[in-house]
Amino acid sequence: MFNTVDAYSAPPLWKNGPSPCAFHNFPGTNCENNDFTQHSQAPVTTATSVIAFTFNTGVIIGGDLLASYGSLARYRNCPRVMKVNDNIIMGAGGDYADFQYVKDLVDQKIIEEDCLDDGFKLKPRSLYCWLTRIMYNRRSRFDPFWNNFVVGGIQEGLPFLGTVDKLGTAYEDNAICTGYGAHLALPLIRDALEKNPLMSEEEAKALLTKCMEVLFYRDARSYPKYQIGVITDDGVKIEGPLEVSQKWDLAHMIH
Amino acid sequence: MSSIGTGYDLSASQFSPDGRVFQVEYAVKALENSGTVIGLKGKDGVVFAIEKLVTSKLYEPGANRRIFTVDKHIGMAVCGLIADARQIVDIARREAANYRSQYGVRIPLKYLNDRVSMYMHAYTLYSAVRPYGCSVILSSYDCTDGPAMYLIDPSGVSYGYHGCAVGKAKQAAKTEIEKLKLTNMSTQELVKEAAKIIYLVHDELKDKNFELELSWVCADTNGNHERVPESVFTEAEKCAKQAMDAESDSDGEDM
Repeated sequence: MFNTVDAYSAPPLWKNGPSPCAFHNFPGTNCENNDFTQHSQAPVTTATSVIAFTFNTGVIIGGDLLASYGSLARYRNCPRVMKVNDNIIMGAGGDYADFQYVKDLVDQKIIEEDCLDDGFKLKPRSLYCWLTRIMYNRRSRFDPFWNNFVVGGIQEGLPFLGTVDKLGTAYEDNAICTGYGAHLALPLIRDALEKNPLMSEEEAKALLTKCMEVLFYRDARSYPKYQIGVITDDGVKIEGPLEVSQKWDLAHMIH
Repeated sequence: MSSIGTGYDLSASQFSPDGRVFQVEYAVKALENSGTVIGLKGKDGVVFAIEKLVTSKLYEPGANRRIFTVDKHIGMAVCGLIADARQIVDIARREAANYRSQYGVRIPLKYLNDRVSMYMHAYTLYSAVRPYGCSVILSSYDCTDGPAMYLIDPSGVSYGYHGCAVGKAKQAAKTEIEKLKLTNMSTQELVKEAAKIIYLVHDELKDKNFELELSWVCADTNGNHERVPESVFTEAEKCAKQAMDAESDSDGEDM
């Protein structure tokens, strides 16, 4: 081959010929070194739990704004609840750089969908499935994206909520929390949903606020500023930064 | 034609003795069989209008579109061989996606125009390939830089324009465009004028059926390239038809 052609650049003018706008690479002079591989990784700058559940008419996702460097509260304005399109919202935990990378992939995906100009918009279940492929592919190359993704939206009139983790493990549920949230917030949400299956948007927001508060008190990597994303038939809202109302009066009594 | 039989028109990589490249000139001829395409740049956006000739009643309405979205903020209207044009659209999309992934911002139209025109130019340099039998018009709107529009020839030459026309009736269309005070006009007005011009230059005797295509990229669409909304489209088409009727009435009085 004269030039390696990636998906972005123009294909060669003819087979094995020169590519437009590429330097001519004489045969045998190719000095690229590609025979090293790096297996495994560790997350570096990380975000903590994502809290998400469905309610009567939609889906709500919450996550705080902190990106920690180990246990250091390093970056304190890192949004990770995003609008994907009019049908989909997404939340992410884990390595923040990996999230930004995958976010760019998703954004490009949406642009490609828009370019088709067929009047259809990507639906949440499709994005969720596509993300499972991305994540599973990377873990199969022993180089996973160190994230938990939560995808929410409305599909066929019903709320949809699904999650994918760094291994490509994926499931749908009406309440999904990642990280510490799975231990601390999920039981609260399940309990609330069981008692009130047809929760309104206001009740959902109140429940999420409660969860963020509990997590802030208990999770050392959390932060009192957070964002919530809500999707209903009326569209997508990303709200925040909101503040956890803190009360430390009791602190001196705990030993 | 003077070129035929001289032997200098067999390759895109050969000049004729008087300094012309006939293959490129033949490519320009391919545009003359195509429906008229016009682009108008006003004070707050760019409008495309296209006379898409429908050669068979068996085609579905809306098939073989000639206006494409390259990236959210960039539109491309094409004239000439549709299959060639789609290749250019694909190249432009790759260029835009590549720029976005490298720099994290939308591609400036000036830069995209450079890249696409150099690409088309590359196809006028080798005997093994033929030039593209299409012209493309690129448009974008940016709140700081304002509207921009470029037309690229099969030769790879490109210029920025206030108003441009290619295709069958490009001369007639240019004359009509020159009558407009483009720099003072809003996109709302431009849409109507553009539709009017397309109806005016359409030759009913030679080409019976055509479909009008309209798109814009302007301040009102937040700098996104979109097909004009249904209501605007029908309004513009109605205006154009009325203008045509008025004209044929006055023609009748003269006789």
